[in-house]
Amino acid sequence: MTSTSVLDLTGVSRTVNGKIIVSDIDLSLKPGETLGLIGPNGSGKSTLLNMIAGLVRPSRGEINICGHSMAHMRRRKIARHIAFVAQQADTGERITVRDAVELGRTPWLSALRPWGPEDDEAVAQALGVVGMQTMVCRDWSSLSGGERQRVQIARALAQATPILLLDEPTNHLDIHHQIAILDLVERLPATIVIALHDMHHALRCDRILAMKNGRCIALGPPLEVLTPEIIGEIFAVEAMRIPDPAGGRPLFSFRSLT
Amino acid sequence: MRWFWLSPVVLAAALMFGTAIGETRIPFATVIDVLSVKLGLSHAEVDAIDMSVIWNYRLARAIVSACGGASLALSGLILQALLRNPLAEPYLLGISAGASAGAVSVSVAGIGAGIVSMSAGAFAGGLTAFALVALLAHAAGGSTGARGAGVIILAGIAGSQMFNALTALIIAQSASAEQARGIMFWLLGNLSGIRWPDTWLALPMAGLGLGLSLWHVRSLDAFTFGADSAASIGVDVHRTQIVLIGTATLITAIMVSLAGAIGFVGLVVPHAMRILVGSRHSRLVPATALAGAVFLVVSDVVSRIALPGQVLPIGVVTALVGAPAFAVIMIRGRKQ
Repeated sequence: MTSTSVLDLTGVSRTVNGKIIVSDIDLSLKPGETLGLIGPNGSGKSTLLNMIAGLVRPSRGEINICGHSMAHMRRRKIARHIAFVAQQADTGERITVRDAVELGRTPWLSALRPWGPEDDEAVAQALGVVGMQTMVCRDWSSLSGGERQRVQIARALAQATPILLLDEPTNHLDIHHQIAILDLVERLPATIVIALHDMHHALRCDRILAMKNGRCIALGPPLEVLTPEIIGEIFAVEAMRIPDPAGGRPLFSFRSLT
Repeated sequence: MRWFWLSPVVLAAALMFGTAIGETRIPFATVIDVLSVKLGLSHAEVDAIDMSVIWNYRLARAIVSACGGASLALSGLILQALLRNPLAEPYLLGISAGASAGAVSVSVAGIGAGIVSMSAGAFAGGLTAFALVALLAHAAGGSTGARGAGVIILAGIAGSQMFNALTALIIAQSASAEQARGIMFWLLGNLSGIRWPDTWLALPMAGLGLGLSLWHVRSLDAFTFGADSAASIGVDVHRTQIVLIGTATLITAIMVSLAGAIGFVGLVVPHAMRILVGSRHSRLVPATALAGAVFLVVSDVVSRIALPGQVLPIGVVTALVGAPAFAVIMIRGRKQ
């Protein structure tokens, strides 16, 4: 563990009924860094995120947040350090956008510390970042998938944590909203761990952790990890990396192995 | 929260209503006289029988009705919030079925050799059934994640079926026709045996339910997007579930042991209040407690005067209101 890191994982593993879900992950994240998690379905990305969020315990290994061992932290304290946007979070309750975002203030409130002006401020700011400030009174049920995702991100931002976890936030969104969410994530000052399916999206991260069968296959800058060899190994496809004619990030082309 | 200051007034009015109306007609002026004499506000001359009917019988009964209604409605609200299921209600966890089995075990099968009262049997049965349901849910992995809510409901159905079968078995085996009628009456809710000592049990239980629910309003809100989401915003899900579901179980079992298994209050009242005051528990908890109390006091009055010369089980009244409301909730749920 280095003194400047916000999130440290040492030998983190999880075994369920003898089956290894995540095995020996070591990781150290600096403040403001964005880490992309890639890997096929069932490679352990979500389980790893759930462990970092403190929702499931590692079977072995240790997670440290800002130098504190997570195993000894209370739920409320963890929630003051880490916000988590899960893949599916829906409700049948009749709540407004504002109600949903206000939930993010829960770890800072108690019966003895009621809602105050700083909470209003945090909520307003979070709504502004995701561009939902004009929709605060809309009902949750009337929102589109992209809007719901933005509200969930605003809820996490209102939590005002140094670390933000996102589990495939671009799933089920059209291209426009995918790009909007990724642009938003890129602007955030927090340390971010984000699970992604699209290699093109992953290229925008500072570092990539590539997983297969619960193991770390590669960890490093996107262009070093997202090579045709590594992509081929973890996804069992033939990949080609093509320079962008417009001079931007490279493009990928995939074919099944024959 | 503008309506909040009105709630003691509404509650007092409901209790007055419950005290003033009954099988025997007593002039309202007499009711006022009795209450003012008993509360030390006047020294008017009142008939001893009127005094006894109004003070010992009707007022105690109205207070226990109010406590029972508030407790059942709050239990339903807690379970709906924590289990994320709009059809959750206190009896879902097997409490009513267990209490019924406990009651018939004592009154018909003679367990306890006459020392144990029917109420105590109901209380023991309710807690036993809940313990079995909780164990089954735990064994089936019901204490973890999103699957948990579905598992505990299935376990509750299994437990209820078993204890209902046990009740039917005991009645079929050993009850006379007269006993069977008495049991049926009790199972559908019966407040006729309520006297002052019962209020000393009902009042603290309703107070406990209301106090703990108010203390946990933010935690209840946090379950809006499910248990994992609640955990990720800092709620100790396990502790909250144990404390709140435990409390709901305890106050339901006590109320069932006092008044029988009165259905639908825990299901319908929280939903009606969601429509009126919204989904935030800071408003929903006091509104649900108040509406539950008023609903049961009024239902009790209706059960006494609906058929002249005959008292209906209160559960019949709450079910006649509750079952259609249940249907409406299901249809609304489908549209969402």
